Amino acid sequence: MRVIKDNKVIDDNWQIVEGSAIESGLPAGDVILPFSVWQSNREAILSWNDRKLGLLINGEHDIDDLAGDLDHFNIIAIEFPAFKDGRGYSQARILRDHYDYSGDLRAVGDVLRDQLYFMQRCGISSFLIKEEKDIEDAIRGFSDFSVKYQTAADGAEPLYKQR
Amino acid sequence: MYQYDQYDQTIVDERVAQFRDQTQRYLKGELSEDEYRVLRLMNGLYVQRHAPMLRVAIPYGLLSSEQLRMLALIARKYDKNYGHFSTRQNIQYNWPKLETVPDILADLASVQMHAIQTSGNCIRNTSSDHLAGVAKDEIEDPRPYCEIIRQWSTLHPEFSFLPRKFKIAVSGARNDRAAVSVHDIGLYLVEGANGNVGFRVLAGGGLGRTPYIGTVIREYLDKKDLLSYLEAILHVYNRFGRRDNIYKARIKILVNSLGAEKFTKLVEEEWQRLREGALLLEQKEIDRVRAYFQAPEYEDNAHHDDSFAEKLETNKDFAAWVKRNVHDHKMPGYRAVFVSLKSRNLAPGDATDEQMDAIADIAEKFSFSQIVVTHDQNLVLNNVKQADLFMVWQALSAEDLATPNIGLLTDMICCPGLDFCSLANAGSIPIAKQINDKFDDMDYLHDIGEIKVKMSGCMNACGHHHVGHIGILGVSKKGEEYYQLTLGGTAENEASLGDRLGPAVEKSKVADTIGKILNVYIELRQEDEKFLETYKRVGIEPFKDHIYPKKQVKEKELAHASH
Ligand code: SF4
Repeated sequence: MRVIKDNKVIDDNWQIVEGSAIESGLPAGDVILPFSVWQSNREAILSWNDRKLGLLINGEHDIDDLAGDLDHFNIIAIEFPAFKDGRGYSQARILRDHYDYSGDLRAVGDVLRDQLYFMQRCGISSFLIKEEKDIEDAIRGFSDFSVKYQTAADGAEPLYKQR
Repeated sequence: MYQYDQYDQTIVDERVAQFRDQTQRYLKGELSEDEYRVLRLMNGLYVQRHAPMLRVAIPYGLLSSEQLRMLALIARKYDKNYGHFSTRQNIQYNWPKLETVPDILADLASVQMHAIQTSGNCIRNTSSDHLAGVAKDEIEDPRPYCEIIRQWSTLHPEFSFLPRKFKIAVSGARNDRAAVSVHDIGLYLVEGANGNVGFRVLAGGGLGRTPYIGTVIREYLDKKDLLSYLEAILHVYNRFGRRDNIYKARIKILVNSLGAEKFTKLVEEEWQRLREGALLLEQKEIDRVRAYFQAPEYEDNAHHDDSFAEKLETNKDFAAWVKRNVHDHKMPGYRAVFVSLKSRNLAPGDATDEQMDAIADIAEKFSFSQIVVTHDQNLVLNNVKQADLFMVWQALSAEDLATPNIGLLTDMICCPGLDFCSLANAGSIPIAKQINDKFDDMDYLHDIGEIKVKMSGCMNACGHHHVGHIGILGVSKKGEEYYQLTLGGTAENEASLGDRLGPAVEKSKVADTIGKILNVYIELRQEDEKFLETYKRVGIEPFKDHIYPKKQVKEKELAHASH
């Protein structure tokens, strides 16, 4: 999929598959599986060894339920069903700050330029921009602010320590 | 007061640039209505009945003369020569043009001001005690902590898209003048068992359609843990707060549906994860910020002055004003002066550009160039020498800013209501006028004494009606404006929500009904009892009986039954 990563637009092999794909046949390559699919087919999925795995979660899911499984995933995609739904920011921080998750964290869904700065600070590392939006233009969202008051998952020290 | 350094200035400047760009993208059609809406709200820009409304942040209500002059200039340059001070200690402009808002923000940034997070589902302006720093009953000045919270919460990456708006208040005094217990998070500076000062933490207070008094979730929190604890609360709220129903999305609903115990447990668990990390607030930073709020250079002999007593003797009007509008001060010879924005000639909380300029000048001359906005929609000059009071009174009188009514019936809290607000069910400002017209006898008002009337034009309760001694809520009945009255609410210590008096009254009867309520009070009060004290002693029944005589209620019930 075509996403922003490290301030550049890149194409990678990840594809998000539908919940039904497990019966109807998965596409070749690296797949991002919905949380429910993972949960109900965990053992079977772990026996695959020909592809890399990703997981799709949203604000309803409890990261603590995944605690022991995080190492299986090269990527976790966090869905923002609407940009106003800010649960994904907390999900990202739990993964980064509490579980030290070091794989790719990808924002998908209603992902827009003006949210990227916040997302990145919460530890999200790649961004699938909403379809009808200009992805090149969106990159500018990262540089809205050069000063950060508070610490976050990006490792920023509280500003006062520089003062 | 706090002064920006290069970092603070960079943030507000970059915010202006960002918003200018967002507005241009919106005008070009690159941002949808819905997308732009959320972005403009985070800069305090609403689209209202007649025009956009811009809300400017006044952190914990504190302004310099220079800043107030800028607010006057903005009123003149971009609006219709006035502004409205709100119950959040902010100022609102009702008539700016959308295209000019980036310029307004740039003008604000030039005096270290902004409109960041004055609206939207994010952490709003932290409010505080308008007598902070000068009150006799203060344990510690709360403003440094408000400023620390302001910085921590500004553009917070995790908490910019919360389920709903989020308000924090801090008080450092024994008497709560900041309505702390009806905030999403309320913080009281308290003395701990160890002799240190820390915070008592409340969560889940709020007004609106389901009002709650906040619950104490921690009796004592060390200052170093302030930010980690706030972050833990916000984190729990952001994850578990409801997003499916806007009326159930505030933290008060979460606290009450989980139960305070479960909620507290979640917060404490999260806090254990956070407390030792980078959120630990260093004493060095507390000291740095506190240095900005040091007391000004008071004159030691300010109380060695006979002119004040003499003027009180000889000028009745001055004495009446001092009695109502001047408050004690921790320093002998100094006073805090309330500037009444409740004259009968303007809507409650409104000030014209000329008035703002005049107040800025008076503050510069007599009060160390500082002005505080109160949550009752008045202003305070917090450091006036007693020998200067007479001149301050004259200067304020000349601008219609010295109505001696602070704390009296006509010192009403009033939201913009139907005249400006698109959510309103009924007008508030016309009711304020009705009350002013009916109760224009100052002697009568003084005799009634302290009473807080608070009025909202709809359930959102921006006018805090639930915590008014007399609360007035505008409702709509078959398209007509009606008003529901409540009695006995208060947001001070021992906060309580008002009780419903009875069926809503029609628009033309509001002031008359208040007259009847006051008659009951006058009849039942004992000695110096204030309205609220009498109410707490006798309860609602005598008021009900007088205002809705049984017979009338009976007839109504019968009429209902026969339908
Ligand atoms: S209480 Fe209602 S009418 Fe009044 S300002 Fe708030 S939303 Fe508008």
